[in-house]
Amino acid sequence: MEFFRIKKDIPFMRHALVFNVISLITFVLAVFFLATRGLHFSIEFTGGTLLEVGYSQAADLEKIRKQLESDGFEDTQVINFGSSRDVLIRVPLKAGETAKLSERVNASLQAAGGEPQIKRVEFVGPQVGKELAEDGALALLLVIIGIVVYLAFRFEWRFAISAIIANLHDVVIILGFFAFFQWEFSLPVLAAVLAVLGYSVNESVVVFDRVRETFKKQRGLTTPEVINHAITSTISRTIITHGSTQMMVTSMLIFGGAALHYFALALTIGILFGIYSSVLVASPIVMWLGVSREQFIKAKKDKPEGMTEDGACV
Amino acid sequence: MNRYPLWKNATVIIALVLGFLYTLPNFFGEVPAVQISSVKATVKLDTRLQARVEETLAAAGIQPTGLFFEPHSIRVRLADTDTQLKARDAIEKALNPEPADSSYSVALNLLSASPDWLTGMNALPMYLGLDLRGGVHFLLQVDMKGALTKRLDSISADLRSLMRDKSIRHGGIVREGNTLVVRFRETAIRDQAKFALTENQPDLDLLEKEDGPNHLLVATLKPTAQKRIQEFAIKQNITTLHNRINELGVAEPVIQQQGADRIVVQLPGVQDTAKAKDILGRTATLEIRMVDDEASANLDTLQAAANGQPPAGTEYYVERGGRGLLVKKQVVLTGERLTDAQAGFDGQTQEPAVHLTLDAAGARIFKDVTRENVNKRMAILLIEKGKGEVVTAPVIRTEIGGGRVQISGRMTTVEANDVALLLRAGSLAAPMEIIEERTIGPSLGADNIAKGISSTQWGFIAIAVFMIAYYLLFGLVSVTALTANLLFLVALLSLLQATLTLPGIAAVALTLGMAIDANVLINERVREELRNGATPHAAITAGYERAWGTILDSNITTLIAGVALLIFGSGPVRGFAVVHCLGILTSIFSSVVVSRALVNWIYGSRRKLESVSIGQVWKPGAETK
Repeated sequence: MEFFRIKKDIPFMRHALVFNVISLITFVLAVFFLATRGLHFSIEFTGGTLLEVGYSQAADLEKIRKQLESDGFEDTQVINFGSSRDVLIRVPLKAGETAKLSERVNASLQAAGGEPQIKRVEFVGPQVGKELAEDGALALLLVIIGIVVYLAFRFEWRFAISAIIANLHDVVIILGFFAFFQWEFSLPVLAAVLAVLGYSVNESVVVFDRVRETFKKQRGLTTPEVINHAITSTISRTIITHGSTQMMVTSMLIFGGAALHYFALALTIGILFGIYSSVLVASPIVMWLGVSREQFIKAKKDKPEGMTEDGACV
Repeated sequence: MNRYPLWKNATVIIALVLGFLYTLPNFFGEVPAVQISSVKATVKLDTRLQARVEETLAAAGIQPTGLFFEPHSIRVRLADTDTQLKARDAIEKALNPEPADSSYSVALNLLSASPDWLTGMNALPMYLGLDLRGGVHFLLQVDMKGALTKRLDSISADLRSLMRDKSIRHGGIVREGNTLVVRFRETAIRDQAKFALTENQPDLDLLEKEDGPNHLLVATLKPTAQKRIQEFAIKQNITTLHNRINELGVAEPVIQQQGADRIVVQLPGVQDTAKAKDILGRTATLEIRMVDDEASANLDTLQAAANGQPPAGTEYYVERGGRGLLVKKQVVLTGERLTDAQAGFDGQTQEPAVHLTLDAAGARIFKDVTRENVNKRMAILLIEKGKGEVVTAPVIRTEIGGGRVQISGRMTTVEANDVALLLRAGSLAAPMEIIEERTIGPSLGADNIAKGISSTQWGFIAIAVFMIAYYLLFGLVSVTALTANLLFLVALLSLLQATLTLPGIAAVALTLGMAIDANVLINERVREELRNGATPHAAITAGYERAWGTILDSNITTLIAGVALLIFGSGPVRGFAVVHCLGILTSIFSSVVVSRALVNWIYGSRRKLESVSIGQVWKPGAETK
């Protein structure tokens, strides 16, 4: 079996401008939704109390809401979680409230009837949420710096910059989706976003490896031709790899239940946009930044002894 | 020729064998067990207790499948849940004849069912997080400011008595925030006071200040002292929590410091959060009361009291030495007045002693009581679960002022330490607040495991089917390498006993999905070399060698993200990051070294290799010709 039978290099770079404009529009849209709608943070970030309750029969949400309201819980959110028998209740954080709140909510639920079984309780105080948001931002920063430094060291600063721009654009787009659909942004989703960042940089690395190799081996090709060749010769690997990873993520989406739903969703968006951006966004940026053959020929002379001629790369 | 040197083949085989051995315990599952641990700090586990447990089980006709003695618990492994319950009841009855006043906690637990030789080589099943096994998780914030103010209050009492002893006249000591302000009329007296304070209170930084007619001495705690006090406070609180949680009879509680001022408490299997919260927040109280010496001296009265008829206004207690005594019901002081208790030595006789520190109000009361009761005995009681226990009952020799109390006489160093610990156990060094709580029901935990495993399983099957269909024998090699990766990952997680959570299982799945990338890269490279007309052997060599650089680069960038998550992540994110990082490391080894070893075993020894089974290799030239 062989899916990709490509005779000539596909002239991706001829349409570079188009790709970049598409990216720019999606990016601006994502930023727009992030700014206007904001992310729907889980209680891990905002603080508050969450109860997952299981009923033996389909739960009467309206009744639960009324009971909670009459017991003095304001702004509570009562929704189904996974199935009609499972209910998720969120109570926002209020000044002076402590962990005891969950017990009062439980008492209220028992009063509403239907024999609720508490499956999960989470209470997060205000100080924890704030720290999580800060730590998340710091983690993101560390990933960006780490990747840029590594790529600049292994390749060239132009590659590092374009890889990180392309992949940050992925991250913003994932966040844009979460803002647009108001999906819950929880800690596992944050983990997924950062994992995607590391993962889709892979993609750019594979293409860049080829770009460098082609520059060294083939004389007389223009920069766009070199990039086209690199993308074309790695496209089959790109699709197969991402397809395989996506199979795993799809399986998580189907079998993982509600707890892994948004995690898998974030990965799905990340993988799909990762293919697009790392190939069709990063490469044009490298081109605009003015990558050329000379940069690698010069670099070759500077290489320490013992390194293989082609820089030990594909 | 594609052959690995002997050492490389040996490495692969050894790694696979070790991986298999350490993964093995996860397949044996768990068997029911009963765990016995001490509830009281005064009761220690020893081999005598182990013998008693054995006797009890034998008497009840229960044959345990294993009995393990560990420093803090005795574990009895049993055949099934029925015998587990029977054994629990039998042991409970034998060790705790009075249910209201139990010395041991007898809890139901699960132990690994893997054979002893595996357990002997430290091969244990993976350690499941609370979201997979069910239980309660609390994050407690220790109020460090509270610890400092408490300490400053006790220092201010010390200063008062110090200046009184040295006849230094001051115009009052006030605590203002984190400072103590002492007023003086004259600078000369202030200098005198400053000299005395520097000598006696090395923890204080002193600053002179003028305020109208008053001359002030402003004392603050030195940063090193503050740090020490805070460290002590958190250790103290952890000790207290340990003592309290023991009462709950939880099999494997986790009580750990997190960061500078937080404590994590995890109670697997506990569902009753209300009770857990109650116990965590409760202050076991300490009471100082007077002993009714006259009544205690009368043997008849004592005998009657032991039989449940103590004289009016008194209660009967048994001292730690076993002698009975009658204690007045009236409480002189409670544990709230106690700021510290440390074991040490008597300054003159060098006997082991316990030094207590009382706060200002406590010191005043104590002074009055001791003045009026010289040569009488006082009892220090620890009230746990509504039941009192006499920690010690010393004789008052002189009036004691200044809030510094020393208990000495007829004590060994060990006893002095125990008493100090017991006294401290009654109180928390600083107030605490629950800032995070997570409760997961056991059914949800089992559900999470099932969902996590089935998503990994189906994803793996899908990838395996595709890889074998697309790359044929090389696909099979890739899938075998991926299986080896899973084996290594599970073995590492079991070996390190890293906590596996649901995000951790998701990370296993994701890492496997990403790890196949390396094999795709290699297989595509080999095909490409074949397409360009290389011989099969050369294609394999070149494919692996050229793919290596890319694999390394791409894995390192992924690893950077993983490490960032590991550093900054907490809770579920950390669980994800640990598995993700380990998975990247194992995947490099398995996808490159293990798969190459397999390919070498299959093709390496064939001298004349016409073709390799890697699926169809399409050549662009073939159709145009």
